[in-house]
Amino acid sequence: MAALSINNVCKTYANGTEVLKGIDIAIEDGQFLILVGPSGCGKSTLLNMIAGLDDISSGDIEIGGKRVNDLSPKDRDIAMVFQSYALYPSMSVRKNISFGLEIRKMPQGEIDATVERVAQMLQMTHLLDRKPSQLSGGQRQRVAMGRALARNPSIFLFDEPLSNLDAKLRVEMRTEIKLMHQRLKSTIVYVTHDQIEAMTLGDRIAVMKDGIVQQFGSPQDIYDNPANLFVASFIGSPSMNFIPAQVVESAGVLGVKICDDQGCVILPLPHAQDKMQPWLGREVIFGIRPEQITDARTAYRAGLPVMACHIDVIEPTGPDTLVFVSLNNTKVCCRTHPTEAKLPGHSMELVFDVSKAVLFDPATEQRIA
Amino acid sequence: MAKHLTPGRIVLYAALLLMAIYYLLPLYVMLSTSVKTLDDIRGGNLIALPQSITFDAWSKAWSSACTGVECGGMKGFFWNSVKMAVPSVLISTLIGAVNGYVVSMWRFRGSDVLFTLLLVGCFIPFQVVLLPMARLLGELGIANTTSGLILVHVIYGLAFTTLFFRNFFVTIPDELVKAARIDGAGFWTIFFRILLPISGPIFMVCVIWQFTQIWNDFLFGVVFASGESQPITVALNNLVNTSTGVKEYNVDMAAAIIAALPTLFVYMVAGRYFVRGLTAGAVKG
Repeated sequence: MAALSINNVCKTYANGTEVLKGIDIAIEDGQFLILVGPSGCGKSTLLNMIAGLDDISSGDIEIGGKRVNDLSPKDRDIAMVFQSYALYPSMSVRKNISFGLEIRKMPQGEIDATVERVAQMLQMTHLLDRKPSQLSGGQRQRVAMGRALARNPSIFLFDEPLSNLDAKLRVEMRTEIKLMHQRLKSTIVYVTHDQIEAMTLGDRIAVMKDGIVQQFGSPQDIYDNPANLFVASFIGSPSMNFIPAQVVESAGVLGVKICDDQGCVILPLPHAQDKMQPWLGREVIFGIRPEQITDARTAYRAGLPVMACHIDVIEPTGPDTLVFVSLNNTKVCCRTHPTEAKLPGHSMELVFDVSKAVLFDPATEQRIA
Repeated sequence: MAKHLTPGRIVLYAALLLMAIYYLLPLYVMLSTSVKTLDDIRGGNLIALPQSITFDAWSKAWSSACTGVECGGMKGFFWNSVKMAVPSVLISTLIGAVNGYVVSMWRFRGSDVLFTLLLVGCFIPFQVVLLPMARLLGELGIANTTSGLILVHVIYGLAFTTLFFRNFFVTIPDELVKAARIDGAGFWTIFFRILLPISGPIFMVCVIWQFTQIWNDFLFGVVFASGESQPITVALNNLVNTSTGVKEYNVDMAAAIIAALPTLFVYMVAGRYFVRGLTAGAVKG
């Protein structure tokens, strides 16, 4: 187990493409770090660089306080689980797990004991003598994890390990990975493009885009306080609503003006008065999550602003019904209780909980308040 | 599923049968002629069945037919060819495997250029390299020897074997090599313990291809080997062209079949791996 620190790491390819532009991330011993972002954001490159499979152009990577820039992968005390599992096809499951140990010249008795322990932990003792081609996707994933566990490294690296599994199995394995982390208290770096995996698994999330860490923080912090429009739109499903709106003053309080085809309301934003002041009369992007626009029954506080809106479409999901309305000519998603949702074409009173609403600068897409 | 014999199908089968006969006829003529007596050959026609079967022509072709001034049959030259083909095939296949491994899994600056240049090697006609190669062999002091011939075939075969192995290895996910590197395996460990064990099919393809090419080669054999070190293809030519009065077609045919047997044998033994290799696709872990 070891802490990991990534200091101002850059990666530029020979043809001049900048993949990573100064990455700074530090996690403590035993933390679960998620690197999340759309494809091409550089998250896998960063993971490969932590593993030592790819060179660093500039900057430092430290594992357990030791600079590892020039160490080869085998000397970094890491283990990695790949998206394609990367099991050695010609070897049995037992061999797959023991291969790395044999190369490290571990005594045979210890190897056997380790393989046995790992197989029991992952409940795959009965699979030990099979070849990878005789295993299902979930079993292969398990073996790949077993191979990493057997090595007992100071850091585990996961490269989109669940992407090749079907939806049900993915949720099961997700829980299993989390359990494993809780039990072993191991340091993990986990790359994914799935924001739900990021939210559910991580202690720390680094949201990346275009080779830059857009925001680094705890899952709840990133969800509640996104640093910019990209982070706000990437994390959360269904995604946050972004409504272009004008900042106006009403009864001495600043708010945003929201209209539909029947009329307008002003939503006061008491928590953001100071930061809104320079924007009075100007257009901002008003960000509000679907669960913050809801029906009167679900809203747990009284005295919140209410607006009657014309419903365009509804999408029942079971636990909630998503109601789509049009505000300031923008499609807005609201999460309501299934029994409270009205039918399309009708009007419905929606309650706006603005206490967690955020504002973005339309030009720079950075957070205002 | 039983299909009814429609007129269309009958025509189709007839056509296929005709094709098969057309292709098998030369083999039949060779086989039947080789077991006929000379009188039988002179008296009957080409495709008639032999009146009596004798293997005299075979034993003569093997051990006493004259190839030029020597009259020791094909025996010596057959072993020449074996001594030339087996090392050439093995060496060129192994080096090709390493080459393919490097250009697919350990890309370096200019590795694509190198691979393209190697590909060009597949298209260089034999005749072009004759003179430079003769000079090289002379400089190395292995002109007119089996070793020289082996060197020529290894160099010439590398382009193909590299191409075969490279195309096979690129279908294997890079992650396999990455995983092995993290497990602590080095260049050769990864090659021998992870990649070679799954390369059986492409190994067979290479061996069949190379063996057929090298065994059947005539030009390099006739140019770079002389006298006692000549391969069987050259000896066969000499045997057919050496006549003392009577043209012994039965001996010629037997010698030709002897010369062709090893490639047939290799294809029969390894051919099923060949097909299996092309259809397996079980590499993706």
